[in-house]
Amino acid sequence: MNAWMIGEMMQYEFMKTALVAGLILSVLCGVVGVYIVLNRIVFIGDGVAHAAFGGIGLGYLLGIDPFILAIVAAVLSAAGIGAVSRSKVSEDTAIGVFLAMGMALGVLLMSMSTGYSRDLFDYLFGNILAVSWIDVKIMIVLTVIITVLALALYKEFLILSFDPHYGEALGLPVNRLKMLLLCMVAFTVVMLIKIVGIIMVIAMLTIPAAISRQYLCDLKKIIALSIILGMIFVTSGLLISYTFDLPSGATTILIASAAFFASTAASQRNTSV
Amino acid sequence: MSAVSIEGLTVRLDGRVVLEDVWLEVGERDFLGLIGPNGGGKSTLLKAILGLVRPTSGRIMVFGMDPVAARPLVGYLPQHSIFDQRFPVRVLDVVLMGRYPRVGILRRYRTEDIEAARRSLDAVGMLELADREIGALSGGEQQRVFVARAIVSDPKLLLLDEPTAGVDVAQQGEFYDLLKHLNSRMAIIMVSHDLSAISAHVEKVACLNQRLYYHGSKELTEEDLVQAYGCPIVDIIAHGIPHRVLREHR
Repeated sequence: MNAWMIGEMMQYEFMKTALVAGLILSVLCGVVGVYIVLNRIVFIGDGVAHAAFGGIGLGYLLGIDPFILAIVAAVLSAAGIGAVSRSKVSEDTAIGVFLAMGMALGVLLMSMSTGYSRDLFDYLFGNILAVSWIDVKIMIVLTVIITVLALALYKEFLILSFDPHYGEALGLPVNRLKMLLLCMVAFTVVMLIKIVGIIMVIAMLTIPAAISRQYLCDLKKIIALSIILGMIFVTSGLLISYTFDLPSGATTILIASAAFFASTAASQRNTSV
Repeated sequence: MSAVSIEGLTVRLDGRVVLEDVWLEVGERDFLGLIGPNGGGKSTLLKAILGLVRPTSGRIMVFGMDPVAARPLVGYLPQHSIFDQRFPVRVLDVVLMGRYPRVGILRRYRTEDIEAARRSLDAVGMLELADREIGALSGGEQQRVFVARAIVSDPKLLLLDEPTAGVDVAQQGEFYDLLKHLNSRMAIIMVSHDLSAISAHVEKVACLNQRLYYHGSKELTEEDLVQAYGCPIVDIIAHGIPHRVLREHR
């Protein structure tokens, strides 16, 4: 792989779009992923990604842009998981129910419309090459909104992540903040489905944050490094998948996973010495 | 004015009576130890004083105000929180969290907040560790940091829920000295089940087991303890309650 090849690759409009989309989403992954890891809501993110599939199926059936309804389904399921887990049902049970129900709905609704099988593959495993400029514009707007929110509420999210019970005693609107965080997760997850697919969304959200945390102890620096790592994974995933004609989503995730294991092994060795 | 004034407080949670007809007055320089069996309602009483749990009936006033309105005057150290020991946050940032009620939502901490946090850390002898990661500190040091967080907004009332849990015995003496020092500036209510420590360091003791058995001094009678704990006094003495807690045996 060399500069010539990158130059050649960038002559294709769809490759340019894909790269820009990947770089923007790396920012979103870094910001939201760190809070997901710190709040231990990794599986809420996963449940929301799968539940979003119900919206995609409905979009197909009704002929509406599937991603608009995916966002609706993701936000509703995030709110649903949040609300149910405040009752006597435990959070992981709520996640399990929403996850399976969303997938089942999606499969059912998609099977009722025609020509679903190829697209189904894209939704499950992602296809960054199918991203359009309109998608990129939506991603930019959402990334700006979510990043501004995360910065403006940095001190509140820090208290929420560190010690929510204490936050409540301080008069912090803990439940509303948690709902806001879940909505941020929902929007991020739906955007990510475009590039890595429903099944692998969670890896993109957690791996950069998990690696950064192994080396840094300052939250802002962790977010910054997660963004950079996300950009490296997306770019190299795209290059390798282009060069060897491999599925881009899976390639990106395998690179990220390899980096995670290498980093974990390295940091284990450091601590044991 | 009383720091806390509770009149006939009853709290039901999920249909269960947790606190029943509790009456309590805490003066502005009182140091009250709150003991009682597990599930006796100690933490619930603290939460009611913070306005986190609403009374089913009865009334709570904190400095003559509704508990929610009085929150800026109250510092709180929750029961040894099982926070992630690898959570990436510096000691100073943990203490700053206690300034939230003064700073408010969407506003940044100012220089005066950071100065208050440093003063607060200095007061608990932890200023040197301000830039360390919280997880790198010992249990006793962490507890001091959480006290610093509780007093960083200059409260007039300090609520401590099991503050010595996770603090090794060697550090406990210093910890109580610190509390005694703080007591010259604020009222303190401390939940604990360490009866010997309570008797050695605390001015007044109340027993809570759904109902409150309070006598305005640490001279509890055998009957008080039997009522509060619902078990024979022999048992309690056998578990190490020092005699000085008890009035003269008759």
